[in-house]
Amino acid sequence: MSRGTRGAKGESKQERKIVHLEREALQTALGTRQHKYIGKPQPLIDGVDKSTGRGKYSGDFNFPDALVGRILRSPHAHARIVSIDVSAALAMEGVRAVVTGADTDTPFGVLPVARDEYALAKEKVRYKGEEVAAVAAVDAWTAEQALAAIQVVYEPLRSYTDPREAMADGAEQIQPHKPGNIEREVDHEFGDVDAGFAASDAILEEEFYAPEVTHAQMEPHAAVGQWDEQHGRLTLWCSTQVPYYVHMSLSAVMGLDMSQIRVIKPMVGGGFGCKTEAQSYEMICGLLARKARGTVKLVVSREEVFFAHRGRPATWTRLRLGCTNDGRLQAVSAEVIQRGGAYGGYGVVTILYAGALLNAIYNIRNVRYKGFRVLTNTPANGAMRGHGTVDTRFAFESMLDMMARKLGLDAVELRKRNLLQTPTMTVNDLLVNSYGYPECIDKVLEASHYHAKVGKLPFGKGIGFAGSHYCSGSAKPVNRSHMPHAVVTMKLDIDGSITLFTGAAEIGQGSSTVMMQIAAEVIGVSPARFRVVAADSAITPKDNGSYSSRVTLYVGNATVQAAERMRDVVFQAAARGLNAFPIDVELVGDEFRLISDPDKTLPFKDMVEIALSYEGTIVTKGTYATPKITHGGENYRGAGIGASPAFSYSAQAVEVDVDIRTGKVTVENVTVAHDCGFALNPLSVRGQVEGSVWMGMAQGRQEETNYENGLPLAPNLLDYRFPTIMESPPIETIIVESNESGGPFGAKEAGEGSLAAFLPALANAIHDAIGVRVKDLPLSPEKVHAAIQQARKARKVSAAPIAEAGR
Amino acid sequence: MKTLISLIINGRKREEAVGGSELLIELLRDRLGLTGTKMGCDGGDCGACTVLVDGEPTLSCLTPAAAVDGCEITTVEGLATSGGLHPIQEGFHLKLGSQCGFCTPGMIMAAKALLDKHPEPSPQEIRAGLANNLCRCTGYNSIIASVQYAAEKLKQATRARTRGGP
Repeated sequence: MSRGTRGAKGESKQERKIVHLEREALQTALGTRQHKYIGKPQPLIDGVDKSTGRGKYSGDFNFPDALVGRILRSPHAHARIVSIDVSAALAMEGVRAVVTGADTDTPFGVLPVARDEYALAKEKVRYKGEEVAAVAAVDAWTAEQALAAIQVVYEPLRSYTDPREAMADGAEQIQPHKPGNIEREVDHEFGDVDAGFAASDAILEEEFYAPEVTHAQMEPHAAVGQWDEQHGRLTLWCSTQVPYYVHMSLSAVMGLDMSQIRVIKPMVGGGFGCKTEAQSYEMICGLLARKARGTVKLVVSREEVFFAHRGRPATWTRLRLGCTNDGRLQAVSAEVIQRGGAYGGYGVVTILYAGALLNAIYNIRNVRYKGFRVLTNTPANGAMRGHGTVDTRFAFESMLDMMARKLGLDAVELRKRNLLQTPTMTVNDLLVNSYGYPECIDKVLEASHYHAKVGKLPFGKGIGFAGSHYCSGSAKPVNRSHMPHAVVTMKLDIDGSITLFTGAAEIGQGSSTVMMQIAAEVIGVSPARFRVVAADSAITPKDNGSYSSRVTLYVGNATVQAAERMRDVVFQAAARGLNAFPIDVELVGDEFRLISDPDKTLPFKDMVEIALSYEGTIVTKGTYATPKITHGGENYRGAGIGASPAFSYSAQAVEVDVDIRTGKVTVENVTVAHDCGFALNPLSVRGQVEGSVWMGMAQGRQEETNYENGLPLAPNLLDYRFPTIMESPPIETIIVESNESGGPFGAKEAGEGSLAAFLPALANAIHDAIGVRVKDLPLSPEKVHAAIQQARKARKVSAAPIAEAGR
Repeated sequence: MKTLISLIINGRKREEAVGGSELLIELLRDRLGLTGTKMGCDGGDCGACTVLVDGEPTLSCLTPAAAVDGCEITTVEGLATSGGLHPIQEGFHLKLGSQCGFCTPGMIMAAKALLDKHPEPSPQEIRAGLANNLCRCTGYNSIIASVQYAAEKLKQATRARTRGGP
């Protein structure tokens, strides 16, 4: 402790106090604060563990006595199970447990309205690759021999890959409780759509198609289940985005009280939505561990990841758009069919998202939406980055360009004429508060030189523009309760460290790092004192998990509250040590000092001693629940989906080179501006935005999952061709900060909203390059080439040169 | 029937009895506990399992353990020799070349092989050097930046050594 010396710059104490107060006043007047730990690029707190290989993923836990789990999967897309005989497998040396559908009587599923799946098939299999039986054995070889020894007799049934056939009269019913194979039909109308079309000068109607795509996260699903026979308890390590769903589902499927189950989420090698739902392999791992009375490690193969994936559904969209001559959108009507796969999964939510987020980006007062989620004999589709909104955004933003051409307007100008005036409530009752979309548009136009290029580049080269948006968390969780949406606890102990406990799953998106930054900022304590413990049900508070881009806003707000409470304790203790009021104390480095007399100081460890006296370890808690006004409407079914405390916005310009002979499209560069409210960690925001843009490119350019008799045609990372480093373009990322008043320090979503805009921007760029509009994804050489051939045929009739059509 | 092989893994001499069908990745991960090396596919598609065998980037998921008898193996765990981070690891950490981190060990080992051969690679050379390694998180630009960071840092270290030398 230093006393009685003058400050470093030689100014008197009084001068320093005045300077300090003036600075405070100035910052208050400007409405900004000088941030110490947020708003600056912060490498991830688990980054070193990743680059050294030290970090443990679920498959990295080696227990010496662990058994190997393997799953037997259905070879049929749709069949009745006549019999299963496991006796030969059970009799094999080294086989410790075999489980089938007979081992569980309780179905599970992510949505309370669609708990229609068993951990292992009962009576029927509904897609190729569905789990039928599983074994735990002393090694992989024995486990595979045992699978081969299981005798299953099937009676094949008619199967459906095309939802339009599954919906047809007389089709075989896939689920007994879903007549006509309709998982969910949505019929929404807001405003007066017929009047809107009547008031339109131009009406366009087009059909768009987007095939099924999948997450292809780098880490195949993995779990380790450890059964404690003496206490009847299960511990499960698994690769999940939502440990709480796994916890609830295991309890239901295993008939085991939740208090007897511990779910631990180690490092997770990518999610993108595929690890949101609790899945059969996790349930099977628990069942096998209990039956074998031991530890079972179950790592699924890459092929199995494809067989049982929960990707983005194939989507057929018919879109009708009405507009006045001066470019005011009057009405939109959308009909969407999603191929849902064999089980409900997230389907009801996905089909509702597709309609709900037609809104909340442009001002349209008349909106009709008809959606069909259809059951088929393919893997149950689920949540994937940009959940439900991507394929309809592709259709909508493609059509805005078509409409602009029809009206002779600039495509971006058409968008600008239909911006929202915020804050506002959309026709479907979504609250839009912060809205950085106009700024995103302007920044992208400027940085990409869009207007100097569009329509002016040489034939074969083009530029396209599009926008997109996404929610920052679903305002109502799927499991309704009166619990807060997020809880964070924080502990200060004798070692002077602060540990932050959260159930939010860090899956590589950087959530633990952001929570640490927020806590450090609020308390004023250096990040070096922090640890974050994320997602272990025995230790961390329950959290709804990492999905719908909810974590930054929800868990961030809970972290702010827990940290404010910790700050109060810390500063009161420091004030006691300095014989002052907390308001007169500041923390500089590792020392507290009196603002009025900076030479009076107290080391951090002395503060800890005071804080813990008579009290012991300090624990604080923060919670967050979404405000009611953000919950969406109550007067129609499905109103809760799409509602969010805040929406992110994105604008993109994509430049392409199209080889007219082969149809090959090269993406030369991308400019993106993303409104994330406030960039708590600009390094992560850039990473998330670039990753989203790139994933949009992957879907837009080359990815698709097709089936032959129910069998996926590309169930490996060679045939499911996502882009390598060779075809990945430079991306210029611009961060827009609209300062969301409901977010922690103004922050909102950054990890999903920029995906969707890429796809239509690409289609618009191809049109700009060669005058051909492609409405079927992916915009692969085959599809683009076919569209060019079609345009050539049409040209013979219309005599319009292809290069000028529509340019 | 097992074969006794002797090899050097991360600078440490080892003798191991390996089965005929045992893969190098199984030896590393399951028997030696070197779980930094990852398995991302069913064999040969993703590059996550890349290790160096006598300095050459090699897919440990397609390499029989018996085939590396007498070889020198480097995995991601053996990259940092002085306790700190190797410049490539530092690059991936500071430039966010890792998000989920699952492709990172393979990516880093491929980058090591690249920088050993081309200490000052152009962006196109970096792309070519990492073309066998898939990443699903980053869009690859931050990976290029990570490798460029490492190249610069290694260059400075080489210069400092040359200047300080006799």
